[in-house]
Amino acid sequence: MSFRFLVNGAPAEVDVPGMRRLLDVLREDLGLTGTKEGCGEGECGACSVILDGQVVDACLVPVCQVDGHIVRTVEGLSLAARERGALDALQEAFLARGAAQCGICTPGMLMAARAYLDAGGPADDGSIREAIAGNLCRCTGYTKIVEAIGSVVHVD
Amino acid sequence: MPTRTMTPGIEPGAAAALVVAPGETTVGRASAFPLRREGPGKLTGAAKYTDDLVFPGAWYGITIRSTEAHARLVAIEPDPDIDWSKVVIATAADIPGDNVVSLIKDDQPLLVPIGGEIQHHAEPVALLAAPDRETLRRLKGRIQVRTEPLPPVFDPEQSDHVFSKIEINRGDLDTGFAAADVVLEGEYRVGHQEQLYIENQAMIAVPGDAGGVVIHGSMQCPYYIHNAMKRALKLTSVEARVIQEETGGGFGGKEEYPSMVALHAALLALKCRRPVRMIYDRHEDIAATTKRHPAVVRHRTGIKRDGTLVAQDIEVVMDGGAYCTLTPVVLSRGAIHAGGPYRCPNVRIRAKATRTNTPPNGAFRGFGAPQTEFAAETHLNRLAEQLGLSPAEIRQRNVYRLGDTTPTGQVLKESVAGEEVLRLATDFSGFDAGRALSARRAAERQGSGTIPVGALRTTPERTAGGIGLALAWHGAGFTGSGEVHLASVASVELTADGRIRVLTAQTEMGQGTKTIFPLMVGGELGVPPDWVEYAAQDTAEVPDSGPTVASRTAMVVGGLCIKAARRLKAEVEARHPGVPFHEAFRDDARDHGATRIDERFQPYPGEEFDESTYTGDAYPAFGWAAAVASVDVDLDTGEVTVHDVVAVDDVGHVIHPILCEGQVEGGTLQAVGYATIEEIKVRDGRYLNDRLATYLIPTALDAPRIHTVLVEAPFSGAPHGAKGVGELPMDVGAPAVVAAIHDATGVWITDLPATPEKILAAIHGVPTRARPVGPGEAAA
Repeated sequence: MSFRFLVNGAPAEVDVPGMRRLLDVLREDLGLTGTKEGCGEGECGACSVILDGQVVDACLVPVCQVDGHIVRTVEGLSLAARERGALDALQEAFLARGAAQCGICTPGMLMAARAYLDAGGPADDGSIREAIAGNLCRCTGYTKIVEAIGSVVHVD
Repeated sequence: MPTRTMTPGIEPGAAAALVVAPGETTVGRASAFPLRREGPGKLTGAAKYTDDLVFPGAWYGITIRSTEAHARLVAIEPDPDIDWSKVVIATAADIPGDNVVSLIKDDQPLLVPIGGEIQHHAEPVALLAAPDRETLRRLKGRIQVRTEPLPPVFDPEQSDHVFSKIEINRGDLDTGFAAADVVLEGEYRVGHQEQLYIENQAMIAVPGDAGGVVIHGSMQCPYYIHNAMKRALKLTSVEARVIQEETGGGFGGKEEYPSMVALHAALLALKCRRPVRMIYDRHEDIAATTKRHPAVVRHRTGIKRDGTLVAQDIEVVMDGGAYCTLTPVVLSRGAIHAGGPYRCPNVRIRAKATRTNTPPNGAFRGFGAPQTEFAAETHLNRLAEQLGLSPAEIRQRNVYRLGDTTPTGQVLKESVAGEEVLRLATDFSGFDAGRALSARRAAERQGSGTIPVGALRTTPERTAGGIGLALAWHGAGFTGSGEVHLASVASVELTADGRIRVLTAQTEMGQGTKTIFPLMVGGELGVPPDWVEYAAQDTAEVPDSGPTVASRTAMVVGGLCIKAARRLKAEVEARHPGVPFHEAFRDDARDHGATRIDERFQPYPGEEFDESTYTGDAYPAFGWAAAVASVDVDLDTGEVTVHDVVAVDDVGHVIHPILCEGQVEGGTLQAVGYATIEEIKVRDGRYLNDRLATYLIPTALDAPRIHTVLVEAPFSGAPHGAKGVGELPMDVGAPAVVAAIHDATGVWITDLPATPEKILAAIHGVPTRARPVGPGEAAA
């Protein structure tokens, strides 16, 4: 079956079984490998993408549910900024504050943070921790991630 | 003592501020700290991890594993009704060289041979490769593994197969106990812990034209894999080539296990004559790969009424699992650290590690020390309680000072900062005031009197606050003569086209390797770090500078690179008198071609260790760490919230404050997880909770606020003074949390993790079960 949707602002069309995971469609059919697989069962959040403004685990979403919808991945996070060869404010904050270590949770973490910021989330520690509670990081202890997100709440 | 302290930044989110005393040198330290070098790739999704790589025509490989803990392998029988010609099966019979994963002992096979013994659940018995994953899934269950059961051993104390045994003796125990006013015994238990890097084990093997194999993968130690390939696949050093790809976390879990995955992928690739992808899913990764060693530690301690330690008799038993892996080295570090960072004239430490029919245990951040130091610290806190001393006082009285002698007879000649980190931790955390507060809150709860235990209590009535302290030491770099045996080589090169390159096998897995080496080398050469390239971790390109383990990268290999840079600078400047390196090097490269300096490890002067008697200098220096944890315990549910941890770590020399803090914060949270929620339940040698839905690690909501204080008591044997940071915070977090739980509730949890069930049982005086209840098994 054929499914059409928008990925990072560009139209995409794939001809695959409807129950194929969005994660595999992104990584293998569309070559967008920025989205990572950590557990394949919705526990770690490494595959978080934004679907119509909501954070979802791409490993739990069959592509048939994406037909006609809007998907945003880490590759689309800084499209405008990347044309200038730069990172967006959130990515800059992660880089400057040491919020990315091994980097494997980072794309998913950024998408959860992006959705939080876009929804007008406040800068307090507790709200930010709640927003990224579905994204596991084993390297940082979360301290610098929470700081980085908090630092761009008003800048962004 | 020339110690410097980094204090937490004033502005939230700011990196630690560095306090440098006047007149001190800042060798290897830049005035500004560069951003993580590979950071932009990781932040845009451009960074390629192993599973992101595309190799046209590659097949997918999987491992067929045992479902028994101990059995004889009788036959591997593919279903005769299936056409197997479209796929490839590999067994032990296909291995061209020795059927061993080369490490300390040659006991672990790549694949169990027919007639051989299966030693643990999830042990590899055969491999299968197919053009697509659907075929693999379909055919995996059509290969029958026939076995004959053998009796398994699960209790490490009952096992008669000893991997390693150590005895450390100092002074005379009888004299010590005779001088004691109080003698306290205690038994402490810790279980498995999973490294849980978020990127699962992943390897892709690509066969070369001339019979060789190139491995692309997620790993800490390219040369471990390189050696294993030469041995098992009968390849030369050139035919075997290992390239590290972006690696999504290691924590020890990608020290030795990747050799197994790489050998499996390579074996299939050689048989298929095409690239083979061996990418574990989370379930397989948890079920089959190495964990932190479980341990039982028994203490019998003699102490004077004033809190002076006079005798320590310690017994350590570690569960090695089914194969040796790195167990003797883990045991060694655990044993040497077992007394804690305290002076005691009469010590006996007896340690052994045995074989059980469970998946092999291996390297994990801290490497034996978190197990034994949890026991030592909890036992010392119990001694303090018995003597009516505060946890800070008893440590203050006994902590090692300059000139003290350790149980192996090592005299601590320099870089001893236990007292300093202890003082900073209690000061920054307001430890004494915190203890007074928890006592006051407890008294208020008692005073409310009329409120019964149960659902009617309000949150403040059922919430008990507590604060806990722990102190640790951690031997820097390899134990004993490890570095001398390794004889690592690292290189700095000025290329003919005027580039400066650092060549080491040290891998980036999140710690910042690619950022700190250019910083260290650039600092020596007087050029910006951006001008210094860090060569790829590819065995065809970089020398064997040893594994990326034991917090040795910055200390040992960083030291080698600084020395190499000094030699390069001197050589270039000698050819251009009066011109500094940064102005001369481009002309020099043009006129004289490439200059490469290979720096080989030289033994630290005056360091000697005798492995046969376990005496001498066990480590060239020690790092020192203290943690103060603040918790709330729900007295109705037993649930623990760790809300703050002050972590004070002496790392010798801070190369990059933000990266260094990141190590402390990450290690601290792993220790908090170890203390509170991380637990593997084992039944009949099988891990019951082998999924991320059932093996829990802390989320952002479970994580405390972590306040880091970095201390610098430099080590003179490293040109920059660094002693390593990665493992230090792992040693102190768990005992600090357990001490805080005691401060809140009055009960000691001696068996990690401190789960709500154990805490409630202890509060109500009910004994806990020694073994977990399995699904469907009735609770006694």
